[in-house]
Amino acid sequence: MQSTRKIRVLIAKPGLDSHDRGAKVVARALRDAGMEVIYTGLRQTPEQIVETALQEDVDVIGLSILSGAHKALFPRIIELLKQKGLTDIVIFAGGIIPEEDIPEMKKLGIKEIFGPGTPTETIIQYVLENVPKRT
Amino acid sequence: MFDKEEIEKIKREQERWEKTTLPNWTKHYPERKGEFRNHSGMLIKSIYTPEDVKALDYLKDLGFPGEYPFTRGLHATMYRGRLWTMRLFAGFGTAADTNKRFKYLLKEGESGLSTAFDYPTIMGYDSDHPMARGEVGICGVAISSLQDMEILFNGIPLNHVTTSMTINGPAAMLLAMYVAVGDKQGVPREKIGGTTQNDNLKEFFAQKLCIFPPKSSVKLTTDIIEYCARHLPKWNPISISGYHIREAGATALQELAFTLYDGIAYVESTLERGLKVDDFAPRLSFFFASHNDFFEEIAKFRAARRLWAKIMKERFHAKNPRSMWMRMHIQTSGCTLTAQQPLNNIERTTIQALAAVLGGTQSLHTNSFDEALCLPTEEAVRVALRTQQIIAYESGAANTVDPMAGSYYVEALTNEMEEKAMEYIQKIDDMGGATAAIEKGFFQKEIADSAYKYQQEVDEKKRVIVGCNEYTIEEEECPIKLLRVDPKVEKEQVARLQKLKRERDNRKVKESLEKLHYAAEKDENLMPTIIEAIKAYTTLGEITEVLRKVYGEYKELIVI
Repeated sequence: MQSTRKIRVLIAKPGLDSHDRGAKVVARALRDAGMEVIYTGLRQTPEQIVETALQEDVDVIGLSILSGAHKALFPRIIELLKQKGLTDIVIFAGGIIPEEDIPEMKKLGIKEIFGPGTPTETIIQYVLENVPKRT
Repeated sequence: MFDKEEIEKIKREQERWEKTTLPNWTKHYPERKGEFRNHSGMLIKSIYTPEDVKALDYLKDLGFPGEYPFTRGLHATMYRGRLWTMRLFAGFGTAADTNKRFKYLLKEGESGLSTAFDYPTIMGYDSDHPMARGEVGICGVAISSLQDMEILFNGIPLNHVTTSMTINGPAAMLLAMYVAVGDKQGVPREKIGGTTQNDNLKEFFAQKLCIFPPKSSVKLTTDIIEYCARHLPKWNPISISGYHIREAGATALQELAFTLYDGIAYVESTLERGLKVDDFAPRLSFFFASHNDFFEEIAKFRAARRLWAKIMKERFHAKNPRSMWMRMHIQTSGCTLTAQQPLNNIERTTIQALAAVLGGTQSLHTNSFDEALCLPTEEAVRVALRTQQIIAYESGAANTVDPMAGSYYVEALTNEMEEKAMEYIQKIDDMGGATAAIEKGFFQKEIADSAYKYQQEVDEKKRVIVGCNEYTIEEEECPIKLLRVDPKVEKEQVARLQKLKRERDNRKVKESLEKLHYAAEKDENLMPTIIEAIKAYTTLGEITEVLRKVYGEYKELIVI
């Protein structure tokens, strides 16, 4: 019997804002749910985030941003992931992302967006259901 | 306050009550929970009596307002004399946009200004730096040079307002700009009043907008404290901040203890400059959050005042009573606001603001109801300001000094807050002080653990958040209009900055940066050189860049 490897998650903080309470809580909740979690720390450029995703061979990236710069930064992250051929990675986002921006973000390839007040259990379930198991 | 016999009698009566009356009630109406605790984890009893405060010595522990230990307030008349300063944090878009908001707030009855800068400014980047892309003017106002600052305060005489600036790493540059605007307006420096947040220690474990490593950051903080003590007598050089500690997830108790410890660290770093404690301590100011648990917050503010007074008197041997004053600004807690049913945030803010007033604050910011979703609209800000005005003029809360004093519950909580905060202070002393505790990740771990615990309680509904995890609305539609900053702001700001960089006297700029580099390497107080550079229209980014070269950049210690 082959054992499935643990889901590998990158929690990343693009942008200049320093609101990392949510990112850290989500990182810890996913870790407690049995996943391998890598947290980038604050103020990562799109290039740094994609590089870490590649190095760490992650299945999923959670982007946390509360500065309002998602419209400038998310497209760049997606573009770089495509350039590196990392198109299988499931990407979700959280933070302060206005309702009216969500369709645009989803069209870009952000699969799900979790706003303020989301229970951590919802995010855990989302990752479990949407990330294909790898051996 | 009570004689021994009286206490014994009350104790006996309470035991009787617990055996007779209480069980008759709990039989039919059992308590809603097995135990009740506040955010700091303190066990809350069903009833408080004189027995809980039997050790309280009125004259020693409470005294009279305006007198040591200031538990009842800093001023003898408190709000009967002068109401607290209603100071709303504002800033977005260009300097011109924020100037308009400032004037609107002053017209509506605000009594002091408070500036929110955008992230590039806070991190010491000019608006045209690659790291600033998408962030210019979004979460605050973009200020890259003296030119922006001139626009920000256009038509606002600096001798008629006081201005608070939420700025830490580059605090010296923003203060220099403010001073330069004052000079241009012809306002004497001794009349320039306001506050720079300038609390770099808490950046490493709470707000996390750090530029330089801890030692250099404390050096810059201390430069401003020293400079103001000598040259800007009405300026509060620092606002020692618990607000961000709390918002990052700390409990009320941790907020209190860690903030006071940072205060201790700054007093020590300034004493090392050869100043006497009474030369600078009267201008140290503090900043706290007011969270949801009403009585816990009131107790925290009262305990904070008493404990700081004791620390200044006993640990630092201050003589001037003003050195023992903990002057505080309070902001209602942003992290308690919900994106769901946002109008409920008005009620949350009202309760928190009332706690701040009953806690005896000097200055107050009330959050706007839309702030879990965006920067506040003009309408939302007006409601926030009106909330303070209603408390001030309609509620009667401002009619007597420290009305919560003598509540068995509040006094018992105040005592417990103080005692437990002292235990933390002792622990941090033993660790070797604030910088050592940061380097060990102590504060970071304490806060991360509390944040996680809080979220678990919310997820498990042990903690009810109305409209969020209970009393929710299916398929809720956002009922309010949101503020969006026009993306054109970045383009306009960058164009104006680049024009300035072309047209200013660049020889003077270059000289000012060389002088700064030299002064930083010589470890001089940098305020005078920074003021000179700012007046030559050297930008915030250019100055920070030189300091980054000399001090290096802080690399985050990640603690989850």
